[in-house]
Amino acid sequence: MINWANFISQCFNGLVLGALLALVSSGLTIIYGMLGVLNLAHGAMFMLGGYAGWLTYSYTDSFIAAVLAGAIFVMIVGVLVERVIIRHFYNRPHEDQLLVTFGLGIVFVETVRFFFGSLSKTVPPPSLLVGITPLGFMFYPTYRLALLGIVAVALLALYVVLYRTRIGMIVRAGIEDSLMVDSLGIDVYKVFMLVFGIGAMAAGFAGIVNAPVVSIAPDVGEAILVQTFVVVVIGGVGSFPGAILGGLIAGEIISITSMFNPGYSYVMLFIAMTLVLVLRPYGLLGTAGRE
Amino acid sequence: MLRQRPFIVEALTAAGLIAAPFILPYLGFTPTTVNRILVWGVFGIGFDILFGFTGLLSFGQSAFFGIGGMVAAYLLTIANFPYVMAALVIGMIAAGIVGYLVGLIALRRTGIYFAMITVAIAEVFFFVEFNPLSAYTGGENGLPGVPTPQLYLGFATIRFDSDSLLYVFLAFWYFVGLVIALRIVRSPVGAVLRAIRDNPVRAAAVGHNIHGYKLTAFVVAAAYAGFAGGLLGVMQGFMPPDAFMFDTSGQLVMQTAIGGAGTLFGPLVGATVWLYLSDFLQTTLDLGATWKLVLGVIFVLLVCFLRRGLIGGIEDLYGLATSSRKKAEPVKDASMVGVTAEEEEKDTATRQPAIAAMPARHRETDRKTGLILQAKGLTKHYGGLAANTDIDFALSHGELRGIIGPNGAGKTTFFKMLTCEVPPTSGQIILEGRNIAGMTVTDVCQLGLTKSYQINQLFNRLTVRQNLTVAALAALRGKFRLDLFKSLKRVPGLDEQVEHTLKLVDLVERADTPVSDLAYGEKRRLEIGLALATSPSLLLLDEPLAGMSPRERVETVRLLKSIARDRTMMIIDHDMDSLFELVERVTVLQEGRVLVEGTPDEIKGNSKVQEAYLGGVHGVLAAE
Repeated sequence: MINWANFISQCFNGLVLGALLALVSSGLTIIYGMLGVLNLAHGAMFMLGGYAGWLTYSYTDSFIAAVLAGAIFVMIVGVLVERVIIRHFYNRPHEDQLLVTFGLGIVFVETVRFFFGSLSKTVPPPSLLVGITPLGFMFYPTYRLALLGIVAVALLALYVVLYRTRIGMIVRAGIEDSLMVDSLGIDVYKVFMLVFGIGAMAAGFAGIVNAPVVSIAPDVGEAILVQTFVVVVIGGVGSFPGAILGGLIAGEIISITSMFNPGYSYVMLFIAMTLVLVLRPYGLLGTAGRE
Repeated sequence: MLRQRPFIVEALTAAGLIAAPFILPYLGFTPTTVNRILVWGVFGIGFDILFGFTGLLSFGQSAFFGIGGMVAAYLLTIANFPYVMAALVIGMIAAGIVGYLVGLIALRRTGIYFAMITVAIAEVFFFVEFNPLSAYTGGENGLPGVPTPQLYLGFATIRFDSDSLLYVFLAFWYFVGLVIALRIVRSPVGAVLRAIRDNPVRAAAVGHNIHGYKLTAFVVAAAYAGFAGGLLGVMQGFMPPDAFMFDTSGQLVMQTAIGGAGTLFGPLVGATVWLYLSDFLQTTLDLGATWKLVLGVIFVLLVCFLRRGLIGGIEDLYGLATSSRKKAEPVKDASMVGVTAEEEEKDTATRQPAIAAMPARHRETDRKTGLILQAKGLTKHYGGLAANTDIDFALSHGELRGIIGPNGAGKTTFFKMLTCEVPPTSGQIILEGRNIAGMTVTDVCQLGLTKSYQINQLFNRLTVRQNLTVAALAALRGKFRLDLFKSLKRVPGLDEQVEHTLKLVDLVERADTPVSDLAYGEKRRLEIGLALATSPSLLLLDEPLAGMSPRERVETVRLLKSIARDRTMMIIDHDMDSLFELVERVTVLQEGRVLVEGTPDEIKGNSKVQEAYLGGVHGVLAAE
């Protein structure tokens, strides 16, 4: 028998997870769309955000400082990684880009393990958001509810930056045709650096705001990375709206399946991905062209 | 590579495998480490065929490694199946079957999509193994008690139960695996796989069913992975569940990249470095878990600076050491050598007639008459842009037709539709009485219609000869054949066809040069040669003269004339003088429509054509 209260609360969990995946995926997808590089270190960046935030929290006891630190630190890491390494890989085969970002991911994870060990760390939610909130028909953890809002605001901010600013217009033009943008006299490398930073920041931000829900450990990014791939395949590579749609679909599939048997959540995710690949090979909101 | 002397690679490998247990202990390898290296080596051979030879980077090989291992271990423990070798083979087959099914999904896309999908699929198997199937796989405990293999000799039984005996067992299977892989790599299928790695679009265009070949490589890799998984269980006497983990796939990828992809030995070298360093860092330097950080940094540096891995690096060093000798070799290229034009002309004039153009496949007997190709109402719209509108076109057998038109007239789109590279929005294309609209470019090439490209589409990492071999194989073997173990030398007619095409496009001296080292004019000739080696009965040439020097043009026009003797041809070009000299009839396209058709002389005098090119200036001039 389906317990309806349980079902609704799982739907909420799915929404929260979905929003989070949407945020991480949109970071991955705009980097790929603009730079043509699939960042396999994206999961590690999620993890780095969590750790940077946790470290800041342990010194300042301020959740807001932790979130800022997590996001900004990972953005700086992203910019540096682009400038020092990724830039030299634009003209090399996709396979080399995959290899180097995969290696970077391992370096990040193992560096964190070296300094902070393998045991998981927790960041408590801010005192204002502790406890549970009655929603009339059920009780739901306050922080998770707030998280939904926080991630929605972050996605909105990303949307505004991408679709309502000059720099966003350049980025979107670059996703279509970076060579053309370069020819128009815009220093495309600066834009690339910025895009990599923003994409990484999305992962880092998600990593720290999720820390009060799921405790952080060096390998916390691995599962997120795999789920992000599914999201991007479902939504369509390079598509920001696709990342959001795919994220919500994946989040709900994982949560609702977990209610029956967590072991099958990946199987269901996989079936959904296969269906999309068969019916719409370029993803729900993707367009043909880029491989 | 050492390809000339037969079996030298095999012999050296056997010698190395025999010597290894006597040498490696002195270098600090424990017997267990050596055995683990061999298991990773077998695993890696298959992966290298997939990644190094076919260019498909999968991050999901752990799934097949785990399936092969778990099936074999399940049979040998829970199911009490008594035959170790049979269990390993069943595990391998199971992995191959799963590989086939997974490949059907993952290979729907290429590049990064393929990488992402393989990761996701491997993760599914990991979760399934841990939860729903834990009754069969032992869940997180794995399957202990996998028996050691035995060999019945009639009078005695050898139990491979010590590290050194296991080494013999594993080394034997590594050797078998390597010999099989070498056969595959040297077979026609191996040649096609490399072509797919370098340029999948052209591999399909010369008539190979690339999806089928990719799937083949995927299944082969899965089978190797499955067998290696079985070996792992046998070696440890225990099948660990972490064989299914993403880390396993990652380690395989990294070892292959460290050793050097595309060499078959790369994964073995990589595994040696990886496992040795991990032992050394953990036990000798006592770094604990930090070993992985050190290896990660080494890996990133290697990918950044040593693109082709350790083996590639050694090859490059060797190349540097011997390069002085290579540079001394005379470069035979008409445009670079100081031969006078006259001499060169005399040279080619005496040489050319000796070469009869290769007969086209479908017209061995009598010269056919009537129409070979017909287009009816052919239309192509890209969104609101009409590239071709309502083109009616007919071409007779044996004709040599020129297509001209100002830039943007839709000439290339027209060719692309005829070869079925792009589907028409509407209309019919009839090739020898059969409507081919909607067919794939591969099938059309197999029917005898192909084209050379406006922008070179070659297999850049292969030599000239290998390039032509790939194209000729499509003509000789059809679009898909699983002759995995056949030597290239035993494909009937292959050598003749390749040699013939080499002569025809005048690249005999450059036959063993990699494409990346060719001069531009040579690449252009090879581009035509690729199309020609598929023995087309109808050959389309998209701007064959573009970018050539005047002398190269003269030569190429002569080449085209000799090709045209035996087949029907259509040529797009902007070089009017050359084209009018070459062709019998000309079709003029303008703004996606047929403007006029006629003999070169009729076209030259046609006022509409002049207007199309000069944009009405002619009319104004005439009025003045």
